[in-house]
Amino acid sequence: MNTIEKHTTGITAGLQEGSSVKDSEEQHPEETVGKPLIDSPKMSIRNVDVSYSDKQAIYNVNLDVGKHEVIAMIGPSGCGKSTFLRCLNRMNDTIDSCKVSGLITLDDEDIYASDMDPVALRAKVGIVFQKPNPFPKSIYDNVAYGPRLHGLATTRAEIDEIVEVSLTRAGLWNEVKDRLDQPGTGFSGGQQQRLCIARAIAISPEVILMDEPCSALDPIASAKIEELIAELSQNYTIAIVTHSMQQAARVSNRTAYFHLGHLVEVNDTEKVFTAPTHQLTEAYITGRIG
Amino acid sequence: MINLTAASREQRIRLGLKKRHRAERQFKFYGALAIVFGLACVFLLFGDIVSKGHKAFQLTYINLEVTYDQDILGVNDPTDARQVSLGNFHGAIKAGLKNRFPEATGRKNKRELYSLVSNGAGYNLRDRLIENPVLLGKTIKIWVIADDDVDTYYKSIGESDGPFTGRTSEQKEGWLKELIKAGDIEKRFNFNFFTEGDSREPELAGIRGAAMGSFYTLIITILLAFPLGVAAAVYLEEFAPRNRWTGFIEVNINNLAAVPSIIFGLLGLAVFINFFHVPRSVPLVGGLVLTLMTLPTIIISSRAAIKSVPPSIREAAIGVGASPMQVVLHHVLPLAMPGMLTGAIIGMARALGETAPLLMIGMVAFIVDIPSGFHDPSTALPVQIFLWADSPERAFVEKTSAAIMVLLAFLIVMNTFAVVLRKRLERRW
Repeated sequence: MNTIEKHTTGITAGLQEGSSVKDSEEQHPEETVGKPLIDSPKMSIRNVDVSYSDKQAIYNVNLDVGKHEVIAMIGPSGCGKSTFLRCLNRMNDTIDSCKVSGLITLDDEDIYASDMDPVALRAKVGIVFQKPNPFPKSIYDNVAYGPRLHGLATTRAEIDEIVEVSLTRAGLWNEVKDRLDQPGTGFSGGQQQRLCIARAIAISPEVILMDEPCSALDPIASAKIEELIAELSQNYTIAIVTHSMQQAARVSNRTAYFHLGHLVEVNDTEKVFTAPTHQLTEAYITGRIG
Repeated sequence: MINLTAASREQRIRLGLKKRHRAERQFKFYGALAIVFGLACVFLLFGDIVSKGHKAFQLTYINLEVTYDQDILGVNDPTDARQVSLGNFHGAIKAGLKNRFPEATGRKNKRELYSLVSNGAGYNLRDRLIENPVLLGKTIKIWVIADDDVDTYYKSIGESDGPFTGRTSEQKEGWLKELIKAGDIEKRFNFNFFTEGDSREPELAGIRGAAMGSFYTLIITILLAFPLGVAAAVYLEEFAPRNRWTGFIEVNINNLAAVPSIIFGLLGLAVFINFFHVPRSVPLVGGLVLTLMTLPTIIISSRAAIKSVPPSIREAAIGVGASPMQVVLHHVLPLAMPGMLTGAIIGMARALGETAPLLMIGMVAFIVDIPSGFHDPSTALPVQIFLWADSPERAFVEKTSAAIMVLLAFLIVMNTFAVVLRKRLERRW
């Protein structure tokens, strides 16, 4: 009870124009509005709570991610969207104080089950981070690292092929094919980020998580990444966290709005941006909070 | 709020500014003064050591006609190793001296005469015979090592307070002057200093034994301390849970780094020698003790190096599905290696200069033989300096300084190497 009270005051405090939001009962989203659940999902998330030591970051999230769809997660800073994303391939395991409860499945398999190896999971659910973080190795080794690690390719020819295909898909092949032996850290931010995407898709994951992949890039580089996301969505399921509503509107099929750890609203992207159901979503997309 | 006119406000600020600028100048001056003082100390130290020590790199030799007289030597077959090793080569040199200065008669005078050359002068004669057996029976002109008193005397000629006579009698001085006039005495480069072990005779003493002792000791130290230190650092940084126990261990590693080194010597004496019965005075036990001493330093610097690897690289590796061990082996260790090596080299440099713990485990003995392994009794460079500084002979003063020069040269080389390594391999993020 106490936490709920704290939480509601938190919401009011988070609102710039708190006067327009009177009824905290209605504001407190016990149920996510819109259509969080879909038929035959790729990943499904049920009753997930996440907390760091004593501070709860995610409250009871229920969400389905469909096959080959792009789902965007938006929300103000600190709303827990990144934390939530990192639960999907257990990146949060590396943080000792982080506790995840609830059920997250990938193809109906519990990814937090005791017999699930996080290493095997991450071979299926890849991730691209906010800041481009290529290894300080050659471009070739950056892309070949994952396949070698998982034993996906054994001969040099196989690895060569994977490297070429991955870089091509990431739209980087023509730019770097003559300098594959140069360190990946020596390229521009946008190229580095596409290299990181190539590295992620080199292990042929089923799902790609993207944690604000364009926030460190200039608009032109961002546009390229967005194009890339559109192309990749034909083969991969993509969950993208973004702080840019325009980006979410451009790249995603569905959009999920997070607010202070709650999943407030999930719906088809057009619907969320044109006719949001929830007051908080509306407040956010019209720029009253954020 | 006080009301100030624009002019008086301006004036107040200007007054304050003057004061501030003066304070700043003073502060800079004090800083520069501190640096000048530090540099002056270093130059004083180096100047003193070099001015004393450079003499030790030369040694005085006397040119003498010596006969390989079968009767004096007691050798009739120069190919017989046993006979040659027992041969009285020093006797042949004495005979040569007697020929050169026939005026010396009587026991006392003769003893005075014989003390012109070193007790070890005969070895050179013997080595030549072994090399060239046809010399037997022949007379050759040969440069033999002079005694340390002669060495000191000859080197101090031309100094402001005249040649240092010390234990040199007037008669001996007369002979020396005669030799100088005839050009039969000269200084040559002192190879012995680098090729011989310790000796009670300063003119025969060299640092090879101590240097080899230090070498073997450091080999043991680096072989044990580096892998252990890196393993401990990796475990503490990457795998250990953060709890009270790891906190406790951390504090104690930091404390251990501050423990006086002689305590490690005592520990080594009690544990390695008295309990595990490792032989005393050997590089093995020296290396073990220095390992204990260096370990905390290496752990601390390795942890700092591991910490400086950006978390984004770890995340990237985890993100493509590397297991924790693969993250460490493929990414963290290679990226942290320059820092860890730098820490290790600096730790080694400290171990090389360490004397106190070695005193406790008996590496302070007088050892003539050059150690040939980890189990041969030996000393170490800093201990050799300590031993020579303790010796009464005047000629050891320059030896001490020369040994310090050698030790400092090693330390400077190691530290430079560490700096260069860090510069070359350092990665900027």
